[in-house]
Amino acid sequence: MSAPLLSLEDLSVQFHGNRKASALNQVNLELGAGEVLALLGESGSGKSVTLRTLLRLHPASRTKIQGSIRVEGQDVLAMKGRDLELYRGGTVSMVFQEPGLAFDPVYTIGQQITESILAHGEKDVGKAKAQALEMLEKVQIPQAKRRFDAYPHELSGGMRQRAMIALALACKPRLLLADEPTTALDATVQIQILLLLRELQRETGMSVIFVTHDIGAAVEVADRVAVMYAGRIVEEGPVSRIVNNPCHPYTVGLLASTVGPEHRGKPLQAIPGAPPDLANLPGGCSFAPRCSRASAQCSSQVPPLVSGSGGRLACWNPVSQLENQ
Amino acid sequence: MNTPNTPAQAAAEHTTPAHGAPLTDRGGPAQPLLLVKDLKKYFPVRGGPLDRQKRFVHAVDGVSFAVPKGQTLGIVGESGCGKSTTARLVARLMEPDAGELIFDGEGVEEYGGLQLKEFRRSLQMVFQDSFASLNPRLTMQEAIAYGPRVHGVPAAQALAQARALLARVGLEPSQFGSRYPHELSGGQRQRVNIARALAFDPRLVILDESVAALDKSVQAQVLNLLQELKAERQLTYLFISHDLHVVHYLADQVMVMYLGQVVESGPVEKIYNGSAHPYTRALLSAVPSMDPAQRTEVSPLAGDPPNPINPPSGCRFRDRCPHAHALCAEKTPALQAVGGDIHHLAACHLNDLTSGHPLAGKELNP
Ligand SMILES: Nc1ncnc2c1ncn2[C@@H]1O[C@H](COP(=O)(O)OP(=O)(O)OP(=O)(O)O)[C@@H](O)[C@H]1O
Ligand SMILES: Nc1ncnc2c1ncn2[C@@H]1O[C@H](COP(=O)(O)OP(=O)(O)OP(=O)(O)O)[C@@H](O)[C@H]1O
Ligand SMILES: [Mg+2]
Ligand SMILES: [Mg+2]
Repeated sequence: MSAPLLSLEDLSVQFHGNRKASALNQVNLELGAGEVLALLGESGSGKSVTLRTLLRLHPASRTKIQGSIRVEGQDVLAMKGRDLELYRGGTVSMVFQEPGLAFDPVYTIGQQITESILAHGEKDVGKAKAQALEMLEKVQIPQAKRRFDAYPHELSGGMRQRAMIALALACKPRLLLADEPTTALDATVQIQILLLLRELQRETGMSVIFVTHDIGAAVEVADRVAVMYAGRIVEEGPVSRIVNNPCHPYTVGLLASTVGPEHRGKPLQAIPGAPPDLANLPGGCSFAPRCSRASAQCSSQVPPLVSGSGGRLACWNPVSQLENQ
Repeated sequence: MNTPNTPAQAAAEHTTPAHGAPLTDRGGPAQPLLLVKDLKKYFPVRGGPLDRQKRFVHAVDGVSFAVPKGQTLGIVGESGCGKSTTARLVARLMEPDAGELIFDGEGVEEYGGLQLKEFRRSLQMVFQDSFASLNPRLTMQEAIAYGPRVHGVPAAQALAQARALLARVGLEPSQFGSRYPHELSGGQRQRVNIARALAFDPRLVILDESVAALDKSVQAQVLNLLQELKAERQLTYLFISHDLHVVHYLADQVMVMYLGQVVESGPVEKIYNGSAHPYTRALLSAVPSMDPAQRTEVSPLAGDPPNPINPPSGCRFRDRCPHAHALCAEKTPALQAVGGDIHHLAACHLNDLTSGHPLAGKELNP
């Protein structure tokens, strides 16, 4: 593989406020140009923190970041001033679960997209406006010309989500970070947005990191899946391998607890227990206290993330071996 | 223990699992717990400065349904179709413009019927946002005990009951009882919300997207808990969700809404395996496949829902329906039995052999 678009090396993030928390623990990850990665994992496992750290959104005063982030060869953690401004929303941009976070209620969506294009280097207001309108058409907002002058609250949930994607893509980012962009939507709108993301990704060749709880949604868009637990990547591989042949007991548990038509009338297989306290991580594998396969080694030594032909895996007693895939 | 002298005390005593029986069953098993007739809610909207005409969002426009005792009615439909408004109207968190509520055979707030206060206690709601619904300054056991205390249960008794409920929803009282909301995970908070609803010993629980924000493993824990509690306390659920797998798992009956109206309803297997309305079919085929080799290629439903201020004439789905015909703009389809099955209803001219729709009664795909 040529140099990856994104590489995270031993990335750790600690929050020290009232409660100390190790939200990310030595995360290593690479993403190629044009690749779509789904980030899966329990609530609180560090998915959003990973994305926010990539955009440098955490206040430096209360956050300790170690390791390195490189995007297109640039050292992101060393960026300052204008470089950082151009990087945010220019090289890398983000779509949130709640469009309310991205839009200001007092400006029209057209104004806000135009503004973002101007902030990232376009000098001509007319050109920026035309480009903004083109983006609204690209995300398939019906009657885009009329909607250009609409305020965020005048759009339906699905349309707002599209408008937010238009805003995020307006400056042609190389990497799109999408944090549960379809969780609040109904099934018909969700699939429209997933298809749209897939289409725009193919067209622009951008890379995408897609955070979701919904394995079905990951299957629709992702090439590769990384599974996080307690701030670590515990398993990673091509989407079909993860879905059909998961190795880590946590991944297996996560897939088994997903409701499907075959479960009706039977109790669901929930993973027992709760995730660990990030202020006080257990000594060995963080999943060991909830794992039915845990041995003495699991509670004393953190399993390293080992590469194999099927991807990467951090587990002393996997359900099946990675090499055999 | 003394004989309870307030309804709340009576209710509180029933919250211990030993008293499995519901508070009172007045109408008998055949009487639906909840009957809703022709419910309507129009929200006024502000027009432009030159627009003097008063206009309304037809959020809920003539919705009728029944929830049998001990069953779960799942409500599904596009965002903005009126699911939450229906729930709020049923819970009387909002006054309906028209319609009737009959709870276990008695009209709510009718002369000689059920008092609003008593009705409210028999019905509890759990919302999507586990954080917003909890007071940040109350510990978990205080939050659960709060409602019964307001209804006159002595403090010590309410607290003991709260701790028992915490244990019931899988949260060790000694560990979680004195924590504050921000010290819990989303799934743990949602279990506290469920415990809090149960503290009133309700007969009907309305769950509006209550498991939506939870990750799959926590969601499975909460769904299992809901099923256990339902059996244990003969609860009846009104369950609103975008997740069609979850509705399939939990619901006995399903109601499909589109733009303020019911377009199809029936037993869950009938809806999932033999739906009769084109909107229901589109909705169900929008579920991701879980198979990377068979990704969805075309969205089953294009466009956006019509404007709820000025809904289309006739069938409200016609603009987006692959089988629409001139007739669909002229005549509004009524809910009718599907294939003679009076429990399965659909509002579509295709379902009515006498409607005059050229495709009526024919096999359609999809
Ligand atoms: N600013 C912060 N200060 C302290 N702790 C934080 C902060 N932001 C996040 N955390 C903690 O870091 C952990 C990871 O949070 P994160 O938001 O990344 O979870 P997530 O995987 O996105 O979960 P979800 O699926 O619920 O969105 C959580 O335990 C969270 O409480
Ligand atoms: N208080 C209100 N004032 C004005 N309009 C409202 C109000 N509440 C809801 N609406 C409108 O009524 C319609 C129905 O809204 P409702 O919240 O019931 O939809 P829903 O089916 O619950 O949607 P979702 O799946 O997105 O939660 C929408 O068009 C909404 O914008
Ligand atoms: Mg998150
Ligand atoms: Mg709603």
